[in-house]
This record gives sequence, C-alpha cells and structure tokens, in this order.
Amino acid sequence: MTIEIKTATLEPIRNTFEHTRRRFGDKPASRYQEASYDIAPENNFHYRPMWQPDKLLNDTSRTAVVMEDWYAFRDPRQYYYGTYVQARAKLQEVTENNYAFFDKRGLGDRLSEEVKAKVVRCLIPLRHMELGANMNNVLCSAYGTSTVLTQAFLYNGMDRLGIAQYLSRIGLLLDGNSAEVLTKAKDHWMTDPAWQGLRRYTENTLVVEDWYEVFIAQDVVLDTLVYDLMYRQFDQAITEEGGSDLAMLIEFMQEWHKDTSRWVDATLKSTVAESDHNKELIGRWVAEWREKAVADLAPLAEIAVGDDAVNACTEALNQRLAKAGL
Amino acid sequence: MSNKKLNMKDKYRLLTRDLEWEFSYRDRKEIFPQEDFEGIKITDWSKWEDPFRLTMDSYWKYQAEKEKKLYAIFDAFSQNNGQQNVTDARYVNAIKLFLTGVSPLEYQAYSGFAHVGRQFGGVGARVACQMQSLDELRHVQTQIHAMSHYNKHFDGFQDFAHMHDRVWYLSVPKSFFDDARSAGPFEFMVAIGFSFEYVLTNLLFVPFMSGAAYNGDMATVTFGFSAQSDEARHMTLGLEIIKFLLEQHEDNVPIVQRWINKWLWRGYRVLTLVAMMMDYMLPNKVMSWQESFEVYFEEAASSLFKDLARYGIEMPPYAADAIAEKEHLSHQAWSIFYNYGHAAAFHTWMPTAQEMDWLSEKYPNTFDKYYRPRFEKWREMEEAGERYYNPTLPMLCQTCQIPMGFTDMENPTMTSYRQSVYDGERYNFCSNGCKDIFDHEPEKYVQSWMPVHQIFQGNCGGPEMEDVLGDYYRINLGVDNLDFKGSPDEARWNGWHNLQSAEDKLKKAS
Ligand SMILES: [Fe+2]
Ligand SMILES: [Fe+2]
Ligand SMILES: [Zn+2]
Repeated sequence: MTIEIKTATLEPIRNTFEHTRRRFGDKPASRYQEASYDIAPENNFHYRPMWQPDKLLNDTSRTAVVMEDWYAFRDPRQYYYGTYVQARAKLQEVTENNYAFFDKRGLGDRLSEEVKAKVVRCLIPLRHMELGANMNNVLCSAYGTSTVLTQAFLYNGMDRLGIAQYLSRIGLLLDGNSAEVLTKAKDHWMTDPAWQGLRRYTENTLVVEDWYEVFIAQDVVLDTLVYDLMYRQFDQAITEEGGSDLAMLIEFMQEWHKDTSRWVDATLKSTVAESDHNKELIGRWVAEWREKAVADLAPLAEIAVGDDAVNACTEALNQRLAKAGL
Repeated sequence: MSNKKLNMKDKYRLLTRDLEWEFSYRDRKEIFPQEDFEGIKITDWSKWEDPFRLTMDSYWKYQAEKEKKLYAIFDAFSQNNGQQNVTDARYVNAIKLFLTGVSPLEYQAYSGFAHVGRQFGGVGARVACQMQSLDELRHVQTQIHAMSHYNKHFDGFQDFAHMHDRVWYLSVPKSFFDDARSAGPFEFMVAIGFSFEYVLTNLLFVPFMSGAAYNGDMATVTFGFSAQSDEARHMTLGLEIIKFLLEQHEDNVPIVQRWINKWLWRGYRVLTLVAMMMDYMLPNKVMSWQESFEVYFEEAASSLFKDLARYGIEMPPYAADAIAEKEHLSHQAWSIFYNYGHAAAFHTWMPTAQEMDWLSEKYPNTFDKYYRPRFEKWREMEEAGERYYNPTLPMLCQTCQIPMGFTDMENPTMTSYRQSVYDGERYNFCSNGCKDIFDHEPEKYVQSWMPVHQIFQGNCGGPEMEDVLGDYYRINLGVDNLDFKGSPDEARWNGWHNLQSAEDKLKKAS
C-alpha cells in the first residue's frame, strides 16, 4: 500500500505588506520589519492636542533634529515586543539565580561594614536617577517620531524601571528587608553633597522639551558616564576592597548596558550622518550636557572610586562620541 | 541575618513607589506641566492604589512565556496554511476590518499611554500606564504578525496603516482615538482607560475573538487568548483611575460625569462596525449584536453604575438612545457598507436566504418589517446583474463621522438629523450624543478631517472617484473592493476547496 501524503502547495499572492514592500522590496519581510516600519499614523490628524495646540498629534517638529526619513534608523538588536521581552526574560533569569544565590549563601554578611556602607552611599541612591531615566525615555517614546525609535525608547524606559527595582532589591538584600538601606540611600540622594550634582542634573533633564535633546542628555551623556563609573570602575574598586560578591548583583546592569549601547550608538550615528545641521546641533547639546554632567558627577566619582575616576569615564564618553562621528 | 518577609504591597511600595522624591532643583509644575489645565484636582497622589503590583522582572518573565507560545502557533499556522480552515472566505473580511480599523487603535493606545505614562505626577499611575503602553505595542505588533499570513493569501490587508490615515470609514475609529489623545491626560484615561477598556472592551474584543473561534481562525483566536491577561490588567487600571479621580476631590465629579457621557457615546458609535461584523460578516454567528449588547452593555453597565452611584455618578443619558437602537444598528450599518461596497477595502454581500432567516429570528421586531424587503430587492437586482452601488457621496456626522444613515427610533424610516450652527457654519449630527459633544467643544470638532469634505475640496487625489479610491486610498480596484461574489478572494478560495463559484453554477445550469 502506498501512502500518498498530500502537501499543500499554495502560492502566496504577495510576499509581504505594502508598507514593507515599498521600503524593502518585493520579498518576504522579517517580523521586525513588518511590525516596526511605517505603521505609525502620519497624516490627517483630526484635532490639535489641547496640551500643545501649536503641534499636530504626531509631529516631527517636537525636536530640532531633522530627518529626511525618520525610518532611516534600525535597531541592531531588531527588537520588537516579542524579541524584546524574550531577551530580557533570559537576562532576568540569570539575575534571579544570582540574587537567590547571594541571599541563600548569606553573602551580604561577608561584606565588610566599610564595603556595605560604600554600596549604600554610592550605589543604591542611583535607583532614583534610574527613575528619572525611565521618565526621560518614556518621554522620547511618547513624543518621538517613527516606531523604530519610539519602541526602543519604551523598552529602554521600562528597562530603567527594572534596574531601579534591582538596585532597590540590593538594598533589601543588605538589610534583611528592613528597608533601612533604602531610607539611608534616599537621604544620600536628597542631602548628601556628593549626590546633589547628579540629582540637579537629573531634575534638569526632566524639564527639557526637545525629545532628542533628552536622549542626548540622558542616554548618551549621563548614562555613558554613570555606567562606566559605577558598573566598571566602582565594581573594580569594591572588588579590590573585598566586595567581589557585589558583581553578581550588578551583572544585569552590565549586560544591559552593553545591549542598549548597540542601539544608542546606531541611533546617534545615523542622526549625525544625516546632515551638518544635525551634527552641529547634537555637537552643541553634547558639549553643554557633558560639561554639566562631568562637573556634577565629579564629587560622587571621587568618593566612589577616587580622584581620576571622572576623567576615566569622560574618556569612555569621548570614545563613544568619536565612533558616532562627533 | 534573618530576613523579614515583605508582603506584596510593601514590596511594591519599596521597589516602585519609593523611587519618587521631592524635587528641589526644579519646580514640580515644570516637570508635570499638564496636570492642571483640565480642571481636575489631585490633592494627594500617594492615595493612588496600584491596580496590579507587577515589577519589571515578573513582567518580562510572564510576557516572554506568552509570546513564545503565541509565535509557535503563528509559525504552525503559516506552515500548515491555516487560512484554508476558516469557515468560508467571507469570514476573512471581518479580520480585514480588524487590521485596518482596530489594530491601528492599539498603536494609538501605545502612544497615548506613553504620553500619560510620562505626564502623571504619581509614580504608581505613571508606571501602570507605561506597562499598558508596552502591552498595547504588543497588541498591534502581534496582530500584524497574526494577519501577516492572511495578507499573503487574501486581498485588502496589504496597506492597513496607509488606509487607516485616509479611508472614509476608518476615519470613524481614527477620529475617536485622535479625540482621546488630543484631550488632556485625565480625560484620556477616562476615555480609553475607563470607557473603552473597562466598559466597552467586551463589546469589541470578545466579538472579534469569539468570531475567530467560531470560524476556525486559529491565528486570531490565539492572539485573543494571549491578550486576555493584559486586558485584565487594563481593566483594573481603568477602574482605579475613575475611583481615584472621584475620591480626590468632589469638584472632579461633574467633570468626570461629562467625560463618561461623552466617551461612552463616542465609543459606542465606533462599535457600529462591530455590530455589523457580528450580524453580517461572520459565516458562523456567535450571537447577535442585540444579545451581546444586552449582556455586555445593558447588564454590565447597570451594575457598574450602581457601584458608581455612591460617588454621585449616574448612567449617561445617551444609554437610552443606544438601547433604543439595538434592533436596528447592525442592519443600517451593513446597508451603508453594501451601498458603498465599491469604496471599501473589504468585500460586502447580501446575506443568504438562511442568514436572512437567522436575522428574522434574532430581530423579530425589526428585520422583516424594515430591512428584509430592502435586502431582497438588492438581491434581486444582483441576480439580474445590476448589483446596486450608491454613486453619491454621503453626508457625515461631524462628530462620529459615520454617514448619516441612522434613523429616528420613533420613526425608523426617517433619517435622524441634528444640526448646530457655529461661527456661521452649519454642522450635521447623527444623534443627540454627537450633537451635545460638538456643542460642548465646537472649537475642537470643527477641526475634524472629514473624508467627504476632503474629497470635495480636492485633497484626496484626482477629480474622479477612481483616483480617490485607487491612488489616494490605495484600494486595488476590482480586487479589494466590490461584492464578494466574483472577487479574486472567492476564486482562490474555491480553487483551494474545489468549489464552483456561484456564477459558474448559474452558467452551467442555464
Ligand atoms: Fe490592546
Ligand atoms: Fe487594552
Ligand atoms: Zn454621530
């Protein structure tokens, strides 16, 4: 007996949606492309926003940056919602194991009082800065143009909330959930002279209206400095002081920063390469915010790592800017 | 060190709410500049009760699991050409309507919730809105992916985003969401978070998703199930915002009441599209529009408004108008689309004899009396080779933008007209609700991008209707539009199933 297996041979009548065909040609498009390009409303808005009557609902003029095509960007990670949450879920699984291990082995008790105090003073208050970063990235998502950018901003914004929550959990791990550490860390954020520069900088970013400038002030300038300072230099310093177990609690932030930097760099590079207008504008924003950030971060850098720390992170920032053509 | 156990609420407070601080280098008002202009009074954001206490790590974990399962089904669906298993190719037109009319609203929700997720002065409310923004992004993207395979085998899906910005009937859902997004942040939440997500969602998503389940559409039904737990969170957020606003200050009560009146009517008008989908576009019917309206609106809303009575909130006055229409709405809507079937990006058709009998049974007071005669006439014309298409352009309601085809419920053969004059111009409305909404904010609604006016003003491509439909809307004429009978969709479907088209059968018989 022969079995005839019927296979369906149905010829598709088209390879992809029109919006992806127009942009990428008549061939099957990736899921990232179908769900990211040209799907935002662009035309025929019915009413002007009551909260900003001089603009349209979606309006490219919410930044001074000019792009011929706002979909000229591409997220090198190709994150759409599904790939984004799956990437983060993997990272969080590792993190969860790390935190559980740290807790179960009582590694917090092995940290010296000096190291603990330093973590409380220098690291945990960053959770508030991360909340500022959350608000800033959500602002860019809400008012930015093109889904390739706005979705990445929202992912970034939610990541920052996640990081603020991990930092809070480090605090709770160190004091057995009494929340004393978080209270102390908040006091540092509010009144410790070492933190006032960073808090002022954060509050200043929260009133900026141009969303691309917010991206520069937060994701490009401040984050490059702070992540180099805390998650590289401070990590090393603490390890030298016998606090190497801290490393497993900040692995998420290190991995995350590598991941997000790919997108930040690609975005910056495409914008700068677009025109001299963009290049000059961004150059000006970078210079202004860098000057403030370096000055504001210096006192924290000094107590967290030492004299030279702020120069080292400025060096990291400059290298990054050079890669983008700035 | 012995660890104190933290309960969910304390944990959430420490991990999320406590991240906030008193600003001192900048004034709060500079950071949250949109909190005051609507007249809403918030005295204490700390009174906000978090509707769900989800931290990001759990969010990533749960959502990733859901996505993994969902995409496994999508992959299997396209590998097995699951589109062949739907009840009949007419069904697919319901999801064309969904992708062009509803998925772009998910996109708008994504933008709108990001906007309020930045603007609210309380971290608890902000974070809840941000998570909804992210969920709504999920919805639009998974819907695109669910339909991606249908797009490869049926016409009318291919240019949904372009069409949503332009096509006349898509202006109904689009203007609805533009209206909400252009309002202040608190009104947006009453409009979308409460009225749409909490009160009306069961009338929108449930019919589409059950329609998919009843008609063999695995891709859409799987998406629907997967989105259910997101929607549950959205509903609790919608309810919390209402309670919060009403408890914050008594001056908020009349403002919120007016918004509820407005947005339930505005949302209900958008549901016209769902009503006709349920009664006319599903080959396997789930329930009639009237039945669904009775369960999900009349019963659900009356118990909801009983709960809200303690705050001084009453059932909107237009609820009675909606109830009066329930035996007419879907028939009138389908008539409009059948009339303008040449101008739609999906197919229309006259119900079969059995389907008409089903309608008679479900609508004993109205179908045979008002609609069957008209439909039978149209069917006769069609059989005589003169399928009826209305060549004129309809007048639209200035608020909801639906063609003025609804009738007076006291006298169901007369079209219902309301008018207002503003700044020397006359404006038309389909109903009291739409007129009142306009009269309260005429400066807003005179701005509406009215598709028919725009065509007359020459803003939609060349002078001929073909230029508008083909070049401006990008409908593939003779392919995406017109009657289902004789469409390429029908021909392909029949080819897959070795079926004869109705026309061929007739030819052979004669
Ligand atoms: Fe949704
Ligand atoms: Fe929702
Ligand atoms: Zn109306």
